Amino acid sequence: MLKTFRIGGVHPEANKLSAGKAIQNIEIPAEVSIPLAQHIGVPGKPIVKRGDKVKVGTLIGKSAGFVSANIHSSVSGTVKKIDKVVDASGYRRDAVIIGVEGDEWEDSIDRSETLIKECNLSQKEIIDKIASAGIVGMGGAMFPTHVKLMPPPGTKAEVLIINGVECEPYLTSDHQLMMEKTEEIIIGTTILMKALNVSKAIIGIENNKKDAIDKFTQYATSYAGISIQPLKERYPQGGEKQLIDALIKRQVPSGALPISVGAIVQNVGTTFAVYEAVQKNKPLVERIVTVTGKEVKNPCNVRSRIGISFKTLIDFAGGLPQNTGKIISGGPMMGKAVAYTDIPVTKGTSGILIIPSSKARRKAPSDCIRCAKCIHVCPMGLNPTLLMNLSEYSVWDRAEKNHITDCIECGSCSYTCPANRPLLDYIRLGKGKVTDIIKARKN
Amino acid sequence: MENKLVVSHSPHIHGGDSIPKNMYGVLIALIPAFLVSLYVFRFDAAIITFFSVLFCVVFEYSITKFILKKEPTIRDGSAILTGVLLAFNLPSNLPLWILAIGALAAIGIGKMSFGGLGNNIFNPALVGRIFLLISFPAQMTTWPVPATAAATDAVTSATVLANLKFNPDNLPSLTHMFLGIEGGSLGEISALALLLGLGYMLWKKIITWHIPTAILGTVALFSGILYLVNPIPLHHPLIHLFSGGLMLGAIFMATDYVTSPLTKKGMLIYGFFIGLITMCIRLWGAYPEGMSFAIVLMNGFTPLINYYTTPKRFGEVRKNG
Amino acid sequence: MNAILIAVALLGTIGAVSATILYFVGQKFKVIEDPLIEQVNDILPGANCGGCGFPGCRGFASAIVKAETMDGLFCPVGGQETMDKIASILGKSAPATSKKIAVVRCNGTCEYRPQTSIYDGVRSCAIEAALYGGETDCFFGCLGLGDCVEACLFDAIHINPQTLLPEVDEDKCTACGACVKACPRDIIELRKQGPKSRRIFVSCVNKDKGAIARKACEVACIGCSKCLQVCAFDAITIENNVAYIDDDKCRLCRKCVSVCPTNSIWELNFPPRKEKTSASPKEEIKKTV
Repeated sequence: MLKTFRIGGVHPEANKLSAGKAIQNIEIPAEVSIPLAQHIGVPGKPIVKRGDKVKVGTLIGKSAGFVSANIHSSVSGTVKKIDKVVDASGYRRDAVIIGVEGDEWEDSIDRSETLIKECNLSQKEIIDKIASAGIVGMGGAMFPTHVKLMPPPGTKAEVLIINGVECEPYLTSDHQLMMEKTEEIIIGTTILMKALNVSKAIIGIENNKKDAIDKFTQYATSYAGISIQPLKERYPQGGEKQLIDALIKRQVPSGALPISVGAIVQNVGTTFAVYEAVQKNKPLVERIVTVTGKEVKNPCNVRSRIGISFKTLIDFAGGLPQNTGKIISGGPMMGKAVAYTDIPVTKGTSGILIIPSSKARRKAPSDCIRCAKCIHVCPMGLNPTLLMNLSEYSVWDRAEKNHITDCIECGSCSYTCPANRPLLDYIRLGKGKVTDIIKARKN
Repeated sequence: MENKLVVSHSPHIHGGDSIPKNMYGVLIALIPAFLVSLYVFRFDAAIITFFSVLFCVVFEYSITKFILKKEPTIRDGSAILTGVLLAFNLPSNLPLWILAIGALAAIGIGKMSFGGLGNNIFNPALVGRIFLLISFPAQMTTWPVPATAAATDAVTSATVLANLKFNPDNLPSLTHMFLGIEGGSLGEISALALLLGLGYMLWKKIITWHIPTAILGTVALFSGILYLVNPIPLHHPLIHLFSGGLMLGAIFMATDYVTSPLTKKGMLIYGFFIGLITMCIRLWGAYPEGMSFAIVLMNGFTPLINYYTTPKRFGEVRKNG
Repeated sequence: MNAILIAVALLGTIGAVSATILYFVGQKFKVIEDPLIEQVNDILPGANCGGCGFPGCRGFASAIVKAETMDGLFCPVGGQETMDKIASILGKSAPATSKKIAVVRCNGTCEYRPQTSIYDGVRSCAIEAALYGGETDCFFGCLGLGDCVEACLFDAIHINPQTLLPEVDEDKCTACGACVKACPRDIIELRKQGPKSRRIFVSCVNKDKGAIARKACEVACIGCSKCLQVCAFDAITIENNVAYIDDDKCRLCRKCVSVCPTNSIWELNFPPRKEKTSASPKEEIKKTV
């Protein structure tokens, strides 16, 4: 019996079209735009100006608060301007636009492929290195990693969980990274264990990636305290709270952080970035992106520098199909649809999914038939149909009482609804409003 | 840009479930019971079912089109389902004009007056049945002798439950009851066929096990305890389970999406009370059968149950923590 | 006969006892309320719209009776007339305020602001705004899904099916501010209604640089500051690439209207000018209204 989380969940068709495709390097275009807000929290403060020369790894945006992250140049060249650019948020936000000249890296970065296993740094030194490398959660949440590694006083991490679930359909970037950088990820895990001072780490991988499970199991034997746990395929297993529940049978209470049950979750992509930052001095300047879709000519996994436009990546995968109806940044369940193709890749871009126009539009909703299927699939044990109605009619006090803020926006309810009701649209709106109300009350 | 991109909120894919899929799924689950009724009541069963569906569909179409002036909703299959369920709750020799009145009550009063599918408080088919039962008690409680029964002079027969209550010496065997070659309303006779339907709906995930189990369990437990105290046929749990509209009600009527509670906890409470009320009516009420009253009564309590039962929330109970 | 007498006596006694209890309880728990509150409440419009910032008209009435002065308390629905009446009851003086009206500051019709993407989802501006910049390249303009229409209790704002922009019905608008709160883009503003309903305002809130704004919408304010130079009363400011006319300072001279290169400054309810200029976009829009 494979492990999985205990409440709700759905099982969408996997459609992993790019599975097993080796990671390809993409040619750097003439210009990149690196957004200064690539993480949750305060956007980075630009420290370069027009005309400045930068190399790969040069700091261009400085962390501007406790929850914030450094931004580095992903190319070498000249800063053209700092301007507002439309990014995956759907709005224009500040970005540093750099004209590319060659590919020169900062001298401190070790670009060799040699594996460095030993890490003799102290806990604090590791966290400082991760912070200065600007690493954020690369599963999509984009929460600054160094903040996560500093549990609030009074809490103690007991176990480190590495998220290799990749439960979103279509996406394979984590899977391919796990296959190609197995040992690096395991070393990254040991570094994170050291940073957290824990002796136990569990790597959770869904059972549709049997090759990765085998490879990790084989390598992990020579490292103490790391175990591999195959998981049943189920969405949203990659959700932090769901993964903790699946692996250690502990449920994070409403409104609390995972540390309250002694767990810290990091994505495999993040873990690999940690390895590179600590062992190779390499800041987060590139990531693996899956470019996929049923009509895409060559669905693939590419290593893309931050700031390269979606268009460049789509062209690399065979160009934008004629009948494209929708472009999604991320997976089909939680990804964000974008209106333009010149949006830059950020630290959280796990995939670019292209959907043909025949599948792009939603079906017309009809009245709720109260089948309760949304309730059965909700992984947080909420009542989506009730929350939708409360949001639609602005009954915020009851929405709060019914825990609208617990929603993780996984979309299982809208995915399941036989009446095609836009449950999550309204719940998301209500969640925002209720969060604002709670914040206003605290002040 | 050559063609405009569509932008919408996540999720961008849908599981493909739809209202018609669920409605036709229930109809498929009703096929075994229909076949048994064809075998037992021959052509009459087909006539009643056909006209019941026809009336329901025509009424729904006319009401949406000419009175509410909305897009007709008959394609979602819910009117067909109401028609079949109504027919299954009627004796096979019911005059067609009474059937038409029942269909009008079911669709007109039970469903469309509340605003159509999803907004009705009571199960439409049961509204139709109860309307007829109270308006035409004689026609509604004389059942034809099954074509499969041994040849007798009688044209009509009493149901098992009526016999149980008023004439306990005249009872058929349990096997007969289970297979359903005894008198009764069209679709309720064969417990076996209905259980097959339940299996299909559970397999297709159209319904969950909670409501049927709660109802059948309550009935079995309640009569079981009474049987232990006083073992007379009226208290026999298996007779209660296999007779009357219990199976049909527990599997197909009480589980109606719109009128049953949303949470699993609520479903269990709802099922428990349906079982309890049914048994009370069967044992001590004026009617031999109380299933439809019990369901409609609990339909009325559904909003209240929904208000007070919440799903089991993530992180509410911390295990091993 | 006897039974009737007993019944009458019994019920009579119960009635008398209950009445006595009720009387004493009523005395004991009597709430002494200022009768002025009732009087003020009667004058108020009774719409309970919350435009004054209090929960309903009664809340406003009790607040204004208790308050020292009437400063800062204003019923936008009743307007100056109502406030003056209240002032005479309370023996206070109502500060002179001018009647306000909701103004929609976007004139990007389909014609001037081409659609570049298709929004598929709930017809709600708040939900669309949470997703992205909207169906056009202007990320500040009206989304046209009618959250303001939904919010209006007085049926005073409607989406024009031709322009897909909301329009305010001057006779019905009470300046309660519900639409201002409902609009996720802060397009609607309460401005002075002005003498004979004449008013001038910048009908654009696009904060993008001129070139980007202009590319997205032909009638966007591009922050060129021509209006700023021509204004003799210092009423115009430009911040974040968009001009704003202060309605306290504006003297309705209309100079800014004629110099605006994108026709994003609107004049309403003025008599037609003597020299007929070529049909400007806003006049075309007015024709369709």
